[in-house]
Amino acid sequence: MDSSSESPRKPTLPPGAKAPTMPPGAKAPTLPPGARPPAGPPKPGASGDGAGAVSRQDFASDQDVRWCPGCGDYAILATVQRLMPELGIPRENIVFISGIGCSSRFPYYMNTYGMHTIHGRAPTIATGLKASRPELDIWVVTGDGDGLSIGGNHMIHLMRRNVNLQVLLFNNQIYGLTKGQYSPTSEAGKITKSSPYGAIDHPFNPIALVLGADASFVGRSMDRDPKHMKEMLKRAHGHRGASFLEIYQNCNIFNDGAFFQYTEKDTKPERAIFIEHGKPLVYSGGTKGLRLEGFHLETVDLDGGAWSASDCLVYDETSYELASIVGRLFRRDDMPQPFGVFYAKERTTYEDALHAQIAEIRGKAGKGRLEDLLHAGDTWEVA
Amino acid sequence: MAEKTIERLSEATILFAGDSGDGMQLTGSQFTLATAFAMNDLATLPDFPAEIRAPAGTTYGVSGFQLHFGSVDIRTPGDEVDLLVAMNPAALKVNLSRVRKGGTVVVNVNAFERRDLDLAGLKVSPLEDGTLEGYHVIPVELTRLTREALAHTELNQKEIDRSKNMFALGLSLWLYSRPIEPAERWINKKFARKDSIREANLQLLRKGYHFGETTEQFAVRYEVSPAKLPPGKYRAIQGATALALGFVAASERSGLPLFYGSYPITPASDLLHSLSRYKQFGVMTFQAEDEIAAIGSTIGAAFGGSLAVTGTSGPGVALKTEAIGLALIMELPLVIVNLQRGGPSTGLPTKTEQSDLLQAMYGRNGDAPIPVVAASTPGDCFEAAYEASRLAVKYMTPVMLLVDGYLANGSEPWPIPDTATLPDFPVSFTTKPNHEQDGAQVFLPYLRDPETLARPWATPGTAGLEHRIGGIEKQEGTGNVSYDPVNHERMTRLRAEKVDRIARELPPLPVYGEESGDILLVGWGSTRGSIEAAVDRLRARGRRVGAVHLRHLNPLPADLGDVLSRFGAVVVPELNNGQLVRILRDRFVLPIRPFNLVQGRPFRAGELVEHVEGILDGKAG
Repeated sequence: MDSSSESPRKPTLPPGAKAPTMPPGAKAPTLPPGARPPAGPPKPGASGDGAGAVSRQDFASDQDVRWCPGCGDYAILATVQRLMPELGIPRENIVFISGIGCSSRFPYYMNTYGMHTIHGRAPTIATGLKASRPELDIWVVTGDGDGLSIGGNHMIHLMRRNVNLQVLLFNNQIYGLTKGQYSPTSEAGKITKSSPYGAIDHPFNPIALVLGADASFVGRSMDRDPKHMKEMLKRAHGHRGASFLEIYQNCNIFNDGAFFQYTEKDTKPERAIFIEHGKPLVYSGGTKGLRLEGFHLETVDLDGGAWSASDCLVYDETSYELASIVGRLFRRDDMPQPFGVFYAKERTTYEDALHAQIAEIRGKAGKGRLEDLLHAGDTWEVA
Repeated sequence: MAEKTIERLSEATILFAGDSGDGMQLTGSQFTLATAFAMNDLATLPDFPAEIRAPAGTTYGVSGFQLHFGSVDIRTPGDEVDLLVAMNPAALKVNLSRVRKGGTVVVNVNAFERRDLDLAGLKVSPLEDGTLEGYHVIPVELTRLTREALAHTELNQKEIDRSKNMFALGLSLWLYSRPIEPAERWINKKFARKDSIREANLQLLRKGYHFGETTEQFAVRYEVSPAKLPPGKYRAIQGATALALGFVAASERSGLPLFYGSYPITPASDLLHSLSRYKQFGVMTFQAEDEIAAIGSTIGAAFGGSLAVTGTSGPGVALKTEAIGLALIMELPLVIVNLQRGGPSTGLPTKTEQSDLLQAMYGRNGDAPIPVVAASTPGDCFEAAYEASRLAVKYMTPVMLLVDGYLANGSEPWPIPDTATLPDFPVSFTTKPNHEQDGAQVFLPYLRDPETLARPWATPGTAGLEHRIGGIEKQEGTGNVSYDPVNHERMTRLRAEKVDRIARELPPLPVYGEESGDILLVGWGSTRGSIEAAVDRLRARGRRVGAVHLRHLNPLPADLGDVLSRFGAVVVPELNNGQLVRILRDRFVLPIRPFNLVQGRPFRAGELVEHVEGILDGKAG
């Protein structure tokens, strides 16, 4: 399998894959939602045997992509489609499963097996499929409303069970498909159609939520950094267990610029910190860092001579304690927002335990015979 | 030792009643087992409160187990009780009305102290105030005898008192000349590693048995001859167990791995318990975080090619509704078992009812028909589970299997089926493109079988057939998202037509009793025994009455209309406020009469007889 990251024929589109063409805070495109989107990549021929699936095009379905032009979802789709050939998984063994919402249209655009299901329930359907077909490579695509509001219960149970699959949570901090109500990740005070005087809800920090549910892989990336996103997707895929990847995704129609402070080049160095295992937590082009003072993080200036990178916290993604501290850095004006792998530590997966138990019982009792089962217990003959 | 008179009975009904903590369910099930070994036909009705341990001695903590057995065909748990074993005043108060006049009442007299009477809300002891006049009362010092028997053991007072049901069991086994060995075997196995408890239980069981022999209180001992059941090998089976076996059989015969996703709920949990033990059959059981996750997991498993089943009760079906619609539009095979209980809402969790039929038929958004299949006896749950599984896979649709609490908990002797006689269960996964388009071979996930209208089942892992399905309306053939209005109407009609076509393969509807006559009783589900017992009695009185019992409620059998037309009047007895009757009136536009009981218990055959005679005599007059 070709592992080079670039496919020979680079598609001219989609738009989101490129650096944003608009400055931070720019006005949303005037095209209405549902307007004809830009043409997709060339349609693949029906490849039939599945063996030749080595390029990005092989993973694009023949369906027109129907997200709003300029939506961050395009970049995520493009990045996922680009990553697929690198993973070396036969296309027929890949399944994308989603719930309801803008992000959940994702499976229709992947030329793999897929299910676009009902609101919030993708984790349950994915669990049943993975439990019964452990060899399949399963991706759950969800959003902040789908995955954390109506499907919040399933999300935490998926994490605690540690079903070996990837959850991509596209967080745009708004309800898009229902046209602009606040979501469980919207900031308090947010003015939306359903909160004209400001949202009074306290928002979730998805990273802290899934850490609390004992997720074994927790990461965060952003739509406008395809390189980082691809790396995170790859890490999530490589992790054996339930991988949770939050992806900040701009909704240019209802919540434009929600993450621009972290994603746009003017502010990104100051406002975002990229955490890496075994490396000190530095940002702002190496001029600033985070050091641990007791249980708290504090920002230190690395240019002033008082502190150096060696004083900064060296990140350990296998430490639940560090993940809890760094994962709780959330929307702080005085601190950067962390991106990267917060936590990665493998433990037994649900489907492994399920099938190990079946194998163990079969090893002891032998493969069951229906006749024996029907005739089990106290029986008697009537002549 | 007094010489006892032996009286031969053709049938008898016994009811064990006591506190929830008195072990009445266990006593009843052990008596059932012994009765099965005595080769009687039987039917049981466990009846217990929803509370696990309601305050001891109160009427709401009373738990009962009724068993009807005999040498004749036994179809119901018995209209009237011949022997009531009452462990305390509350049990007596709650159940005395079920005992026939002249029936026997065994009471634990040690439990009739002032405090016991107060707990039961009784001012005067029913042993003294004439309440029991007309009954044959046998006072037994159950508590004292138990304590005396176990005085020398290392068991504490609480453990000793808790064992007194074994004394009652032994006594009852003696009274009806049942073998004691099955209960002994059970005790030996159950308490294999608890020597003192095992010995105490065995001792009490035998003590009770011998007490009957030695006491002067029993002048008569009963014998019930073996029933003339068709020859073969039998076992006593509960409905919940039969369901589990039916699904395992369907899995084995179809070659599909069985996946069962469920969330604990009364009275469906026993199905989860049973299936979770069958790991040697490769059965995958998933205890989900909620009802929705339970069905969600089965939808995923169905997409992957498993025989996917979820079980619940009415409130759980309500939660699963949206997901059933998803399975329906995605056209994936799935069985949803509804072990019905009294409703609405939490209703009567431990009582039986048939009030979820309209929910099964219509309880989804959109035009969303699914096949509905019902089991009619505990043993029949096996065949019903098999049939529901077979239809789901053959027609690629979710199927609702209606069972109820009475069937799930009740037992009967079950002729163990020969697996070779089970209907064929062929499964063919699609592995190649199924259509030619512009010279290319393509796979169309919604290209239907011309006969059944089922769509192909192509599972992940099949190269070249990658496809996406979902809850948005499908374009016919391609399965692509389609908002086209004409396509939507066509798909709506195709989905309905697919379910309707099942009627083509249904066998002729057997009529019980008269093939034509004055009154036809139309039933479904657990009322079968009561209805057919009533038909027998009515015909014995010269009434021209017949009955049909519907296994398939959607679609209805094609010949049902013809059967209805052969009778002067049609009555639909149901344990609800009138549901099948509405479906039949809608379908046949006939003046079909309801007969409803909504008391959380099965019909007594006598109630049906009385009702039908009332109609017939009203007509005659």
